[in-house]
Amino acid sequence: MTNKILVVAAKEFKDGLRNRWVAGITVVLALFAMAISYFGAAASGMVGFTSLSTTIVSLSSLAIFLIPLIALILAYDSIVGEEEQGTLILLLTYPLKRSELLIGKFTGHAAMMALSTLLGFGSAGLLIAFFSAEVDLQELLIAYSMFIVTSILLGWVFIALAYLVSVISSEKSKASGVALIIWFAFVFVFDLLLLGLLVATGGAVGDALFGWLLLLNPTDIFRLINLGSFEATQVQSGLASIADKKMIQPLVLWSALLVWIVVPGFLAVWRFNKRVI
Amino acid sequence: MKAKAAIHFDHVVMRFGKLRAVNGISMDIEPGQVVGLLGHNGAGKTTSIKMILGILKPTTGTVRVFGHDPAADRNMGGLREQLGYLPENLSFYPQLTGRETLQYFARLKGASGQEQKQLLEEVGLMHAADRRVKTYSKGMRQRLGLAQALLNQPKLLILDEPTVGLDPVATRDLYSKIEALKQQGTTVILCSHVLSGIEEYIDRALILSAGKILAQGSINELRQKARLPMTISVRGQIDNQDWLTAKGVTTRKINGSHYELSAAASHKLDLLRALANEKNVEDIEISMPSLESIYTYYNTIDQPTADRSPAVEVNHD
Ligand SMILES: Nc1ncnc2c1ncn2[C@@H]1O[C@H](COP(=O)(O)OP(=O)(O)OP(=O)(O)O)[C@@H](O)[C@H]1O
Ligand SMILES: [Mg+2]
Repeated sequence: MTNKILVVAAKEFKDGLRNRWVAGITVVLALFAMAISYFGAAASGMVGFTSLSTTIVSLSSLAIFLIPLIALILAYDSIVGEEEQGTLILLLTYPLKRSELLIGKFTGHAAMMALSTLLGFGSAGLLIAFFSAEVDLQELLIAYSMFIVTSILLGWVFIALAYLVSVISSEKSKASGVALIIWFAFVFVFDLLLLGLLVATGGAVGDALFGWLLLLNPTDIFRLINLGSFEATQVQSGLASIADKKMIQPLVLWSALLVWIVVPGFLAVWRFNKRVI
Repeated sequence: MKAKAAIHFDHVVMRFGKLRAVNGISMDIEPGQVVGLLGHNGAGKTTSIKMILGILKPTTGTVRVFGHDPAADRNMGGLREQLGYLPENLSFYPQLTGRETLQYFARLKGASGQEQKQLLEEVGLMHAADRRVKTYSKGMRQRLGLAQALLNQPKLLILDEPTVGLDPVATRDLYSKIEALKQQGTTVILCSHVLSGIEEYIDRALILSAGKILAQGSINELRQKARLPMTISVRGQIDNQDWLTAKGVTTRKINGSHYELSAAASHKLDLLRALANEKNVEDIEISMPSLESIYTYYNTIDQPTADRSPAVEVNHD
């Protein structure tokens, strides 16, 4: 990583602290996580911190809903916003490649997202550990760390997608529209379509094929990683439970999540290099 | 192509869809010159600048900056560290302070902390350096923009509408800074609509219209070529007015003791001698055609001007 990428990343991060982005995201994630893990078991007639598996399932659903939305809002204007401020054209005259600028800004946003997720979900985790007596602490630590790490990766996926949107949009308002569509598509529409496919074919879609189709949605990958270890929770884990676990190894899932960061990221750099300013 | 040209354009065309924003410009700007790039809104000034900066790649034609192709050779042989640019419509990062903003740009350009401080001082922002830019007035933002453009003692300085929002004192400071940089050999391109006041600072004016160069040359050359009349205000009595009429001078009597003469600039010395010999003339004041009137002249002529002096090239379709 060049020195210039770090300079850009540091500025972006500082800007994020100033804008209260980091504080805001941390608080939102912490509050929702605490509330969800407390009321998560309400469906089964209990409130309070219950079993670890229930908590992780509830938290995952929350993360799938919130993290992509936050990441997209955070980063959708990263390039198109600088263009409207007049700073983009200026930076392009500096001794700085377009790719360095984009990667630097991405790094800053990624660091903000990681820090807020760690603080927000981490504080909720401490509370859960403190209040739930019957939970095995070591088990909690492992499952919860995985939850936080995958949440961060999920955030990065959507930051990368936001950059792609920002780079191809000519105006901020258009970028925000496209970002919302992306959120809606991955969080709601995709699973509905898959369900429709399942119903329409009378379940004839093979388990294997179905598992691979899930890899096309980063939020489903996130769900698969976090719920994979809990047999008991499969009922509650939606479509992800239908997939053949043996077919999709954890390594494949983690790699797929990384691919979802790298590919949109590269596409963003490529399109940015072609963009007429 | 002249090897020593700071900026060289050869039949440059820049098209946006059907629109030819720049339509066949050829020009050379020598190192160390201060050039005024003038023209109506949409004439192609900013587009030309973007091609010099390598932000836009010309549709056809060649652009060279100190011998480098700015669009292909991004580094421009290390010139980027010493390339100062002030874009139009620059509003910066609202949440950062002035000092932090300048620091960010300085780090990217590799300029020292010492220089940052000095520039903040120079543009008169020291007192507001630790306030967030969102609280800055328009002129203060413009000053901050100038400070970043002046980082690293630029070898090439391009200012797009630099005086917008600046108060008269800041404007004068800017021009003396440009003068100082010129002494050090900096090439300066100045895009401006505010024509009054820049005459004395620019070595050469380039007048663009609809993507073409309408006229270029020093103010004097343009003046001669335009053959715009100079104006002489005379206080007192002119006894021998027949002589003036014979010389083709138009005389207008403002009141009993005040005349305004309008005459070809080439008659300047003749006229002055004659007027100085007039017993009852008390005072004479000459005003040469301003850049503004020259500019207006070139923007309104549309007939071929083949008979004009060869010192200046005039391009017409
Ligand atoms: N990115 C672009 N896409 C399409 N058209 C453009 C683009 N940039 C400039 N133009 C058009 O090119 C022409 C020249 O624009 P340019 O910005 O160079 O004018 P200008 O001389 O700087 O004007 P002003 O004095 O208003 O700043 C205008 O008609 C403008 O609409
Ligand atoms: Mg312009």
